[in-house]
Amino acid sequence: MIRILRQVARAGLVTEAPPDPDEALRGVREQLEKEVLRSFAGALAIRHVDAGSCNGCELEIHACSNPYYNLEGLGIRFVASPRHADLLLVTGPVSKHMEEALRRTYDATPDPKLVVAIGDCGCTGGVFGENYASRGRVSNVIPVDVAVPGCPPTPHAIMQGILTAITRAP
Amino acid sequence: MQIGSFDIATETLPGAAKAERCVVDFLGWLELAQAVAAADGHLVAIWGVDDRDRGRGFGVRVAYGLPEALLIAELPLASEPPVYPDLAATFPAADRMQRAMFDLLGLQPLGAEDDRAWLRHGAWPRDVYPLRRTTPVDTDHVMVPEVYPFVSVTGEGVHEIPVGPVHAGTIEPGHFRFSIIGERVLRLEEHLGYKHKGIEKRFEGLAIPDAARLAARVSGDSTVAYGWAFAMAVEAALDHRVRERAAWLRALALERERVANHLGDLGFIGNDAGLGFALAQFSRLRENWLRSNAALFGHRLAMDFVVPGGVAGDMEDQVERDMRLQARDVEVEVLHLRSLLDDHAGLQDRLRRCGVVTPELARRLGLTGLAGRASGVARDLRVQSPTAPYDRIGPRLCGATDGDVAARAAVRFDEIVESLHLIQRLLDTLPPREESTPLPDAKGHRFGVGRVEGWRGEVLVALELDEGAVRRVHPHDPSWQNWPVLEHAILGNIVPDFPLINKSFNLSYAGVDL
Ligand code: SF4
Repeated sequence: MIRILRQVARAGLVTEAPPDPDEALRGVREQLEKEVLRSFAGALAIRHVDAGSCNGCELEIHACSNPYYNLEGLGIRFVASPRHADLLLVTGPVSKHMEEALRRTYDATPDPKLVVAIGDCGCTGGVFGENYASRGRVSNVIPVDVAVPGCPPTPHAIMQGILTAITRAP
Repeated sequence: MQIGSFDIATETLPGAAKAERCVVDFLGWLELAQAVAAADGHLVAIWGVDDRDRGRGFGVRVAYGLPEALLIAELPLASEPPVYPDLAATFPAADRMQRAMFDLLGLQPLGAEDDRAWLRHGAWPRDVYPLRRTTPVDTDHVMVPEVYPFVSVTGEGVHEIPVGPVHAGTIEPGHFRFSIIGERVLRLEEHLGYKHKGIEKRFEGLAIPDAARLAARVSGDSTVAYGWAFAMAVEAALDHRVRERAAWLRALALERERVANHLGDLGFIGNDAGLGFALAQFSRLRENWLRSNAALFGHRLAMDFVVPGGVAGDMEDQVERDMRLQARDVEVEVLHLRSLLDDHAGLQDRLRRCGVVTPELARRLGLTGLAGRASGVARDLRVQSPTAPYDRIGPRLCGATDGDVAARAAVRFDEIVESLHLIQRLLDTLPPREESTPLPDAKGHRFGVGRVEGWRGEVLVALELDEGAVRRVHPHDPSWQNWPVLEHAILGNIVPDFPLINKSFNLSYAGVDL
C-alpha cells in the first residue's frame, strides 16, 4: 500500500497540464466546470452509445477520463443507464442493426436531453456512408444537438463538443 | 508444398508476406484441411468470392498458417447452388466465418452443424446476398428484426441473464446470454453482428487510396496493423517493393500501437479488478504516448500513416531522439508499476485462476495472438514469419502457459518491454532517407495478400484489384478466432468476473462485424 501511495505521489497531479499545447484545454475545462455547475447543479450524466463505430472514437472518449483531461473531476460522469442521463454521446455511423437500440436509448433518456454525435462517422457517415447495412450519420436516426468532426476527434474536441451542447441547454 | 505427408502443387505469390496459392477440388478442400490440422497448422481466415462476372462461378478461399508460409487454397464452386464442404468439424473457428459467408454471399457449408444466421439480424432478407456482385451496394431493405435462437440450458435453478447490445460502459455493442446457476456461469453464448455496416461491399470499386482509408478503419485500435496489411496486399498485387526506411517507420508505428493498447488494457484490467490506481497510472502513460504519436505520425493513433507504397511522412532527427528517451522512461515506469501490481495480493487474487483457457483447449479451439500466447500457443508472425524489418531486429516471443487473466496481463507486460526494445533497435538501424518510388499502374486482374502481427494477433488482408481499382477485399481480425474461446473461458467463473475476463481478451467487435 505504501508503495502505491508513493507512486501516486511521485506521478503527482498531471491534470494541470503544461501551458502549451494545453492552454486551450484549460479554457475548455474551466468553462465546462462552470456550465456543469450552472446548468446541471454540478453533475452532468452522460450515456455513451456506440451505434457502429470502428472503435477509434471510443478510445478517445476513454482518454477524456484520464488524469490529463479528468472529465470526472468536472462533475461529468458516464452512467450505465439512459434513464440517468442528461446527454447521449453517440459514435459511429448508425448500423441498421443498432438503429432500434439507439432509438430506444434515446426514448428512455428523460427530457430535456442532449445528443452529441462524435466523429466524422457520427457527423456524416464517414468512410462507411450509407448502404444496405448502414444508416449513415446519427441525425438520420435521432435528433442531434452538436456534431463533433474528427476521425477520431481528440479528447479536447470531444470535451469542447460536450461544452457546446450544454451551453445551449435551457 | 509438402504438408506432413500431403503433397500439393502450389504457386508462390509475390509480396512481403511469404504465401503460396493452390486450387483444390471438393475432396482436396477437406484433405488439405486435415493435412494442415495434422501438421499443426492453423486456420487464419475463410472468405468467399463471386466471380460469375468473370466467367466463373462462386468460390471459397481459405488461408492456413504453416511454418513455411501462408497457404491460400481456392475452391471454385458451381453457380447454383453454391455449396462447399464444412471446415468447422476440423477447425472450430471456421463456424462463424462460414455463417457470415452464407449471410453475405449465400455460399453454404455442407455438413455444418450450426446454420443460424450470424451477421444478418434482419437488415436484409434471408434470400438477398449483399456481397454478390449483382446486388447493388445501396439496396435498401426494411429492417425486420429476427429473434436469435439462443441455445437454452434447462435444469433446476438455471436462469438466463441477457446483456446488451448496449453495454454499461464505453464499449462496443454486442449481446451476451449467460445461463447461470447461483452466480456460476454454466453457459455463455455471444451474439455479435450489431455493428455490421457493409465494409466488404463498400470496398468494391474504390480507388486504392480510398480503400486504404477504409481498411485503416476496420478496427480503430489496430489501425496501423490494418493499414500495413492492406498496403502489403496492394504492394504484393502490384509486385512493388517499398523502400527500407518505409518498412522501418511502419514497424515503429506498429510497435507503438502495441504499446499504446497494452498500456490501456493493463489500466482497465486493474480497474475491473477494483484497483483504480492502475487505470490512473496506465492511462497517464498512454496519454503521453499518444501525444508523442501525434508529433511523430501526425495522428494520435497513427491512422493513415501507412499508405500503399510507403508512409505518409517522415521523422525529424529531434523526434527520433525524443522517441528513444521516451521508450527508456516508459520502460522504467512500466517495470515499476509491474512490481507494484505483482505485490498486490488483493489484485493477484482476482487475476489468478480467473478465466482460464488451458493450452490444450487453446490449441483445440484455435486461440490465436496475444491471448493464444498466454495459453501456450507460441506463435508470433514477427518471430516465425518475419517480414522486413522484423527479420533484422530479432524480436523475442513472449508467452505464458497459465492461460488466466494474470497470464494475459503478464504477456502484455512482457510485450510492452519487448516492443520498447524493438523501438530502440529500429531506431539504431533506421535506414537513410530515400526518394520513394510511385506505385506502378495495375493492369488486369491482380491478387495480393498482407499479413501483420497486430497487438491483438494476426491481421490478414486479401485483396483483388481489377484495372487498378479494388474488386474485393477481405479483412480478417484475430477476434474471429478468439471470441468463441471467451465463451469457454468464463465457464465455472462467476458473472461479476465477466467484465474482467472479457477485458483481458479485449476483442474487437468492429473487426468481426465488418
Ligand atoms: S470517426 Fe473515425 S475513429 Fe470514429 S468511428 Fe468513424 S472511422 Fe472510427
